[in-house]
Amino acid sequence: MKVVVLKGGRSLERGVSLRSGARVEDALERLGHEVVPLDAGGDLVKRLAAEKPDVVFVAMHGPGGEDGTAQELLEILGIPFTGPGVAACGRCMDKVLAKQELLEAGVPTPVWFAFNETAFRELGAADALGALEERLGFPLVVKPSRGGSALGVRFAASWFEVPEALVSAFSYDDRVLLERFVEGRELAVSVLGSEPLPVVEAIPGDGDRYDFEARYEIGRTEFVCPAELSAEQTEAVTSTALAAYETLGCSGFSRVDLILADDGPQVLEVNAIPGLTDTSLLPQAAEAAGMSFEDLVERILDLALKPAAA
Amino acid sequence: MRDLMAITARPEVISLAGGLPDTSTFPAATFAAQMTRIAQESTAEALQYGPTEGFAETVDCIVQVMGAEGMLPDPDDVIVTTGGQQAIDLICKTLVDPGDVVVCEAPTYPGAVPVFCSYQADVVQIDCDADGMRVQDLEEVLARLDGEGRRPKFVYSVPSFQNPAGVTLSLERRRRLVELARQRELLVVEDNPYGLLRFGGDPLPPLYQLDGGDFVIYVGTFSKILSPGIRLGWAVAPPPVMEKIVLGKQAADLCTSTLTQHFVREYFAEGRWREYVDSLVEIYRARRDTMLASLRDHFPAQATWTEPEGGLFIWATLPGYIDTGDLLAKALREDVAFVPGQAAFVEEGRGRSSMRLNFSGVGEDEIREGIRRIGVAIAEQVELYGALTGEHPVEGSKDGGHEAERSPTDEALGGGGDVLPFRKTGEAGG
Repeated sequence: MKVVVLKGGRSLERGVSLRSGARVEDALERLGHEVVPLDAGGDLVKRLAAEKPDVVFVAMHGPGGEDGTAQELLEILGIPFTGPGVAACGRCMDKVLAKQELLEAGVPTPVWFAFNETAFRELGAADALGALEERLGFPLVVKPSRGGSALGVRFAASWFEVPEALVSAFSYDDRVLLERFVEGRELAVSVLGSEPLPVVEAIPGDGDRYDFEARYEIGRTEFVCPAELSAEQTEAVTSTALAAYETLGCSGFSRVDLILADDGPQVLEVNAIPGLTDTSLLPQAAEAAGMSFEDLVERILDLALKPAAA
Repeated sequence: MRDLMAITARPEVISLAGGLPDTSTFPAATFAAQMTRIAQESTAEALQYGPTEGFAETVDCIVQVMGAEGMLPDPDDVIVTTGGQQAIDLICKTLVDPGDVVVCEAPTYPGAVPVFCSYQADVVQIDCDADGMRVQDLEEVLARLDGEGRRPKFVYSVPSFQNPAGVTLSLERRRRLVELARQRELLVVEDNPYGLLRFGGDPLPPLYQLDGGDFVIYVGTFSKILSPGIRLGWAVAPPPVMEKIVLGKQAADLCTSTLTQHFVREYFAEGRWREYVDSLVEIYRARRDTMLASLRDHFPAQATWTEPEGGLFIWATLPGYIDTGDLLAKALREDVAFVPGQAAFVEEGRGRSSMRLNFSGVGEDEIREGIRRIGVAIAEQVELYGALTGEHPVEGSKDGGHEAERSPTDEALGGGGDVLPFRKTGEAGG
């Protein structure tokens, strides 16, 4: 089968995407497919039209490749592709949108408030921040609405730190959210088709948070898979993750990040196209389920070509 | 951070991030003639292994380059390496055991940090100001280490037109540093890639010259005076250290590229290498001036920056609430890149509001446009911070009295330490 591996692009997660793509290409070659690597740029549509692949493996992360943009083009061209469709990608990429959907569907997610830059620049939203203390408490988390790999995510321990955190988050997107910090275990559930894979727990090194560097530097964070959870906890976490995956309309595969707090799991975000690098969580979860990376890649391709097989 | 750097390589990005010399003015005809001569006269030798120490003819060229700055090394003390970077690596390999103290500047050459870390050195950084490393601080640190029964393996310094800060160690401090080295029998590693790229002012003697090569290990390179692509650098060290370096080099890669050593030999035989360096100096001086003028036009009043007399870099420091890692993300949306200051510090959190700007790699128009775009991104952050806190930026930077013109003589570079609010959150970074 002729497979184009779509990777790179202009997003800040370009480097991660190139690594995901390279690993997928190796696996596809070992599986005997004809592999065409494609770094997404201005010639994307032309290249795709010329290559006429049977399927496109989308290994892009961040805006441009994970937010439905590339997917829309692939739909127009009528080329099957891996991972979620346009709408699901769009919902997952925008955390504010995703959280609204989750809230409406009754899927637990930490309390938040969203602001765009205009609100602060022109409408004096800073004066409203004080009123949020009661609702969110400290520390709170400040995140860009669209962005991945924890880029631009800041923790503010007091009001004093909020302005700086906002300046950081607004560097990545013109909409940010202030979210209640939920203390608990950091878990990720990857879903393949409609099947949840074993839960991964990320245990950051001493004092570290699971930030961008911690995510991709080997040895910075310890991963445990399957996570050491009771049967009830596993059930609660997995069903919450599946509910989030379905609520946002994901298909093919995605990864749901959660916090397991004392009063149960809460969904932080859903990654439409999770990383496939050596330190990424989805491959680890697949391995724990007895799948090699090749098995995983082949399964993702199958799901793209025969969605009903899910 | 490394991942953000992956984007700076996109062709549409104006990159002020690299440390690239401009190789576009090297005459193609010269290159072609030399490579042809090598092919005609010494194909077999140029394609063969060579001595681990490098060819004697290469060492002759190195002696000429060092001679141009007043140094007279013994050719037996010289080893040709695969770039200056390998020289730093081999010196660490020779001298550093896990847990050993290595002292360097703050900020220091970002490319040295991973080398020190890969040998598990305990890196101690000494603040720089406009006159380079604060040697008085070094004395205090050495005394403190004495008290702990620890002795640094060496002090690493880029004394001239430092990477990344662009500052130059004053003559007085050079003398004091060399004196300290002799008194304490302490090795100093002098990394001097830019010494010949001086745009103005009087040349200062390298540490190696002041010391005579007893306690100063010297690292040089052809990268900035000829080409980084040929990967030719060197180290000069006293015999007991050199013996170990040679063993390390043997293990690392047997010998430095013989092909490019032939190229350097041919190139130097023409006797015009200095002219080419002088032509680069003219180009870089104009680019530095353009960058300084653009900074005055486009950076906010609260920003400060260094005014280098040579080299490739300017170091700018922004208000403490701006994190240059985040600013880079914002700047990349406008297709412009720089190196966030954090890369030049080992200690987490330092340098977060500083940035390294390179002026050698792109033309003057791109420098103007690049600085303008970064300036716009900073202005947006300053304005937002003002809206959030009620703090409003100081106006009127352009009509004189700019902070940067005070030059950060008394103020350490990169940290914004005592003057500006310093970020302290639980957030972790690399």
